[in-house]
Amino acid sequence: MKLKYILPILFIALMSTACSSDDDNNDTPPVINEVEGLTKIQDIINNNHTIELWSKSGDFYTGYNDVSIRIKDNTNNTFFEDFTISWLPVMQMPTMQHSCPKSTITKAPGRDTVYQGFVIYQMTNTDGSGWSLTLDYAIDGMIYSVTDTITVLQNNDQNVTSFMGSDNVRYILALIEPKDPKIAINNMKVGLYKMENMMSFPIVEDYTITLDPRMPGMGNHSSPNNTDLTYRSVEGNYQGNLSLTMTGYWVLNLKLLDDMDTVLKGEDVTEDNPQSSLYLELEF
Amino acid sequence: MKKLTLLCVGFLIGVSIYAQEDTYIIEKDTTQLEEVILIGQRKLSNYCQEKTLSSIDDYLEKSNRITMIKRGNYAWEPAMNNMASQRLVVTIDGMQIFGACTDKMDPITSYVDVSNLDKVSVDSGQEGTENGHCVGGGIDLKMPRSKFYGTGLKSSFDLGYETNGNYRTAGLDLEYTGDKFYVNADGIFRKSDNYDAGGNMEVLYSQFQKYNISLQGGYKLSENHVLAANVIYDKATDVGYPALPMDVSLAEALITSVTHTFKSDSTTIKSLETKLYYNTITHIMDDSKRPDVPIRMDMPGWSDTYGFYSKATLIEGKHNLLFNVNGFYNRSLAEMTMYPNDSNQPAMFMYTWPDIRTLYTGIYVKDGFALSEEKTISASARFGYHNNTIAEEVGLESLQIFYPDLTDSKTRFLMSFSTDYQIKKEKYDATFGVGYGERAPSVSEGYGFFLYNSFDNFDYIGNPTLKNEKALEANFATNYYMKKFKIGLETSYFYLMDYIVGEIDPDLSAMTIGANGVKIYNSLSNARIFDVYLNSEYKISNAFSVNGTIGYNCGKGSNNENLPLIKPFSYLAEVNYTRELFSAAIQLDGNGNQTNYSSFYGENETASFAILNLNLGNIFYLKENKLVFKYGIENILDTNYSTYADWNNISQKGRNFYINASFVLN
Repeated sequence: MKLKYILPILFIALMSTACSSDDDNNDTPPVINEVEGLTKIQDIINNNHTIELWSKSGDFYTGYNDVSIRIKDNTNNTFFEDFTISWLPVMQMPTMQHSCPKSTITKAPGRDTVYQGFVIYQMTNTDGSGWSLTLDYAIDGMIYSVTDTITVLQNNDQNVTSFMGSDNVRYILALIEPKDPKIAINNMKVGLYKMENMMSFPIVEDYTITLDPRMPGMGNHSSPNNTDLTYRSVEGNYQGNLSLTMTGYWVLNLKLLDDMDTVLKGEDVTEDNPQSSLYLELEF
Repeated sequence: MKKLTLLCVGFLIGVSIYAQEDTYIIEKDTTQLEEVILIGQRKLSNYCQEKTLSSIDDYLEKSNRITMIKRGNYAWEPAMNNMASQRLVVTIDGMQIFGACTDKMDPITSYVDVSNLDKVSVDSGQEGTENGHCVGGGIDLKMPRSKFYGTGLKSSFDLGYETNGNYRTAGLDLEYTGDKFYVNADGIFRKSDNYDAGGNMEVLYSQFQKYNISLQGGYKLSENHVLAANVIYDKATDVGYPALPMDVSLAEALITSVTHTFKSDSTTIKSLETKLYYNTITHIMDDSKRPDVPIRMDMPGWSDTYGFYSKATLIEGKHNLLFNVNGFYNRSLAEMTMYPNDSNQPAMFMYTWPDIRTLYTGIYVKDGFALSEEKTISASARFGYHNNTIAEEVGLESLQIFYPDLTDSKTRFLMSFSTDYQIKKEKYDATFGVGYGERAPSVSEGYGFFLYNSFDNFDYIGNPTLKNEKALEANFATNYYMKKFKIGLETSYFYLMDYIVGEIDPDLSAMTIGANGVKIYNSLSNARIFDVYLNSEYKISNAFSVNGTIGYNCGKGSNNENLPLIKPFSYLAEVNYTRELFSAAIQLDGNGNQTNYSSFYGENETASFAILNLNLGNIFYLKENKLVFKYGIENILDTNYSTYADWNNISQKGRNFYINASFVLN
């Protein structure tokens, strides 16, 4: 038992010594810290520029993706500090093409060269293909554009869902947080978008999303002190409390209500109806 | 916290120094109102005709006030005055030790064996607070003292066999007693298969196996000073719990202590005993042997305790004083991992005891004052500082799901007072006592997280905001002697305030598959528990005696519901025949119908029962050596029965033939 506690401490001690010696041997300039903790997803090369796409995991997955972007000047291997950029992800379907919800791209706080935004892929092909990304950017008044294919992997759990509401509007709902769920009351964040047309997905404001988390692996029990998700205009998403009483596989049963409290999608969980038709999944 | 500990130690030293200035002594016997159960492993002339190799559980059950709550054939939980272990303070020779099982499958009495002990002292209510705070009473399992008789080596060997469950026992004891040096080593091994209830009904998962070894050493530093060390290692494996949905694959305890004893007749301080101790328990609960379970799970638990006590007895005028300063630090951690039937889903994990640290320091003072030869008045008090800390961040956050404002630490001050008046005459004696005491909630009551209770089929959530449970009690005992006849009455009444009990929260959803719901520990504004026992004994001749006991208990809460696990009307009648080398006893033991059962707390009515036992004993002397046989039949009529204290009404042992043999080599 004791060993169980001593070992990690020893391990951490060893790790931290190892890290400091690494720093001593490393002569690269501190610029590297701009993407600390991130893994590169992909480089997109356009003439003399390399557009680097970064994220924590290093891959695009269906659902919500935080993306960091920087542009390298290939002539002198430096990164541009000042540019504007917008993006358009497009999924090519057999008969048509469509985009997905996404944010604008702004400079990351406290960073010189890194810009960030998020994108919510609502679907992908089983092999990860189908999506392409167009980047339009301007540096020093010059406008550039580049398009490349990207790979979007299917996330294990359903963290995004696209559905038709009873008002005949197609919605996209995606789990933003918790990214690292805990046995605790987690702050849950969800993005809700309306599919206005194939390329436009504006935020839906002031609706309500009710929450009922369940564990189907253990009698479909629920947890206490969850709250419904309400719209937060500052962040442009819906937030509420999500209680997780243990680790494992959870189904987050949801109902979407409009501003008149009309149910647009989803049902209550009962003995006969173990799962709402509107749900997200979570595993930890 | 440390400061307080230091303060207490300082206080004791101060008291000792002050006390040592006075030198005159008056010896006075202050008869204590306590029940002592002798663990007569080597004795034949025991009152209740025990088997020599009875478990501690069997011994404890002989006490009027104690009932063993049984979840199987092993590790019974003692309850006193109709209050279970969280309301008692159970110690091993003054050492605090806490079970590591969230479902009370390892009461600490299961981690020692008769071979480790000398006697058990049972003190009802606030009389039992010498070692800690309680409302129901205290049980102290006392280990033998080092002896310096210079008698040399002594060894004994025990063998036991019981037909029911094919129960085998073997024990070995070696003791060397020198003039300055003492060492004792003993070991005991027990193994039983499933037992049969009355009517040859096999009770599945009632098997167990355990061994216990202990080593004790003492060294006489000088005429008045003795240093002793003790190590007990106890390991039970493959323990079945037929009344529960899970079994135990390992219950392991290491109990260690070092004791310094000062004893003198010529100083005011008669004795000063200081002990430092450490014990650690590992308890692995699993359901791998059960064929059909809704979900597989593992529930391991750990409990480590560090502690000390220092107790002094002194005589000052007509006062007979006892001081006890003690402290402990306990760490209780238990977790649960469930494996979903859908193997694609990850295992589910939670802390059921989220690494709770308990720090306690307190002081106990008792004074016995001799009013006259026949009358004694005594009073005791205990004050304590009690702190719980949730060390595991995950645990704190998980409890914050229920208590969003919960902080990781909670401090309580506890106190206890009692006083009694004793009168002893030739024809009769009587004791009247009153007391007030408080206890802190147990780890499960305060911090348990989804603990499933198979008794009422509810999941339980601890409540860190619980108030201390308080008890006002009054007790009375008297004995009247007439030539060959003795009759005695003992009764006690407890008025418990903020009585801690689970309360259904209809808004919560049960975690355990098939459970009825979730209960949160809460306080009933009050509860009343009353018990009365009438004992009688008639000596027909020197060899023949008859004795009988009847008892009545009741308990009700302020919600006007009966309390659970209250003993119904009970009786015991015994005829004894005792000669020097032979003894025999026949015993009738029974309970009335449990009419005041508590359906509100998930209890159902237990039918009345009566069983008949026959015990015989022989003793043979072979030169210096002694051979002791104990044999008999338990439950002669093979009655299929269960008592009110049998978890989920599991049937108790049917007819059982037993024989114990002990060889004592001098």
